[in-house]
Amino acid sequence: MLQLEQVSKNFGGLPALSDVSFTVPKGKLTALIGPNGAGKSTLVNCVTGVLEPSSGKIYFQQQQLNNLPAHKISRLGISRTFQNLKIFPRLTVLDNILTGLTREGGDSMLLAMLRLPDLRHRERQLKLRALESLDRFGLADKANWPVGILAYGDKKRVELARATVGQPQLILLDEPVAGLNSEETAAVGQQLRLMRSSGHTMLLIEHDMELVMDIADQVVVLDSGRCIATGTPDEIRRNPLVLEAYLGRMDATA
Amino acid sequence: MTHKQKILYFIYLHRTGLTVTGLSITLLLYPLYENNPYTLGLTNLIAINAIVVLGLNLFIGYAGQISLGHAAFFGLGAYGSAIATVTFEISPWPAMFLVAVIVALVALLVGIPILRLSGHYLAMATLGLSFVVHAILLQWDEVTGGPSGFSGIPYLSFGSFQFDDEIRLHYLLWGFTLISLLLCLNLVRSGVGRGLSALSGDEVAAEALGVNTRNAKIKIFVLSAVLASVAGSLFAHCYSFVSPDSFDIFASTDMVIMVVIGGMGSIWGSLFGAALITLLPEWMDLFETYKDFVHGGILVVILLFLPQGLVTGLVDMVKIKLALRRQKDAAT
Repeated sequence: MLQLEQVSKNFGGLPALSDVSFTVPKGKLTALIGPNGAGKSTLVNCVTGVLEPSSGKIYFQQQQLNNLPAHKISRLGISRTFQNLKIFPRLTVLDNILTGLTREGGDSMLLAMLRLPDLRHRERQLKLRALESLDRFGLADKANWPVGILAYGDKKRVELARATVGQPQLILLDEPVAGLNSEETAAVGQQLRLMRSSGHTMLLIEHDMELVMDIADQVVVLDSGRCIATGTPDEIRRNPLVLEAYLGRMDATA
Repeated sequence: MTHKQKILYFIYLHRTGLTVTGLSITLLLYPLYENNPYTLGLTNLIAINAIVVLGLNLFIGYAGQISLGHAAFFGLGAYGSAIATVTFEISPWPAMFLVAVIVALVALLVGIPILRLSGHYLAMATLGLSFVVHAILLQWDEVTGGPSGFSGIPYLSFGSFQFDDEIRLHYLLWGFTLISLLLCLNLVRSGVGRGLSALSGDEVAAEALGVNTRNAKIKIFVLSAVLASVAGSLFAHCYSFVSPDSFDIFASTDMVIMVVIGGMGSIWGSLFGAALITLLPEWMDLFETYKDFVHGGILVVILLFLPQGLVTGLVDMVKIKLALRRQKDAAT
């Protein structure tokens, strides 16, 4: 579904990604791991159009994503969450979820200002879908709270709900459990498992090895901007290169 | 649900529509209760300011940008209508429409380059716009009448029915204000409006949600300029006289102060802000003399303690208090 061909990104002369190639198959959960500074977030930013790759090609369902602005890429059906939470603290929980349905709310400012009956009808439907999604993430009783006062774990779930409410084709999750305790991590893991079984395609970026090894169908390992291994969790666990670059070092410190 | 709960739920569900209806009825009956032309003149001025502030609040409060130049569009609207109706003898209604279209084009041409800027830089660019337009109005004597102003602007009329006294103007101006209010309320409750609040929260996040941030900013800038232009035209036809002083840099900052008092992203607050700042000088002579000091002081104090603006800030505080209390109740 998502295909990267020799993607490179240089910041000044410094290579953050060099010749990274892999594919994210449809309906599977692909995990992207790697030590800090390996280029994981840079890669997500290249795919979502926040950054422009220096060279290489990115395809999404046979369409090339290079040179497309971020909002167009989003409209193709790629949604994402952010490593350091980008929710809108002043809006209510429900409105935050509704922003995830922006592309279905209509683009025309004029029609929005007139608010004709069909728009009212659509607004009601969007609201229902948002409430449904809140229900799935166990936030329904907090729908009208300003999101700023929620606990960190709830905020993470709001962002997850916002990313999934629009039924995107591909979801990029940038460290969805960073900063959560083990209980909350387990809850998010359960949520991701549910999403995978309902057929969502996901690219998960995560440091939590236990979670990754548990739920990923395929694991891609980045180290210093290079893709050093691709395979199932079991293969990755046994791959000497990975052990050296990443897991080995973790074992030594742990 | 009991009967009482049903009624309360109905009120909650239709709160916006009910408030607008209530306000419309109040305004409809207001001249029966108050027919002092001076007081009506004041409320009419509130109506004109409210139109500008509504547009500006969309741009500042919802889209999270800043403009210190909206008096320029207000002035262009006023002088545009004056020149079109007196110099070119176009009848007032088409002139108002024509001027709004021209101002929209000006806003588009100005907006495309300057909306690449943000923060202080955008403030400076729009401030520059305000200065340029004010200088043109002041210096181009042959067309604008220069410092002595432009007089003899005809009243708006339907056939032989002229909007020439305060009561008639009350209905005309508040009619326009209510229409603008409705349009703005509809806009912010739509997908486009949510896109704008996303944009003011975080541009990268907004892009990731599919909002074309560049276009959205330009569109909302043009919309607010058109509202300011319409308000300017009404201003010109209402007083039959315009002078450059009404559209200087202090007029621009006054509009921003009205937005700040109303609060970022509060449509209802905009009405309150426009009313308060328009009425302040009437309540105390002190305000008349030291207007700019007082306005500056108000701005500083509000931004220091309630950066979201007075009304929005207070409403947010109450909302958070209530939610926290419910959270506590749920925990115990």
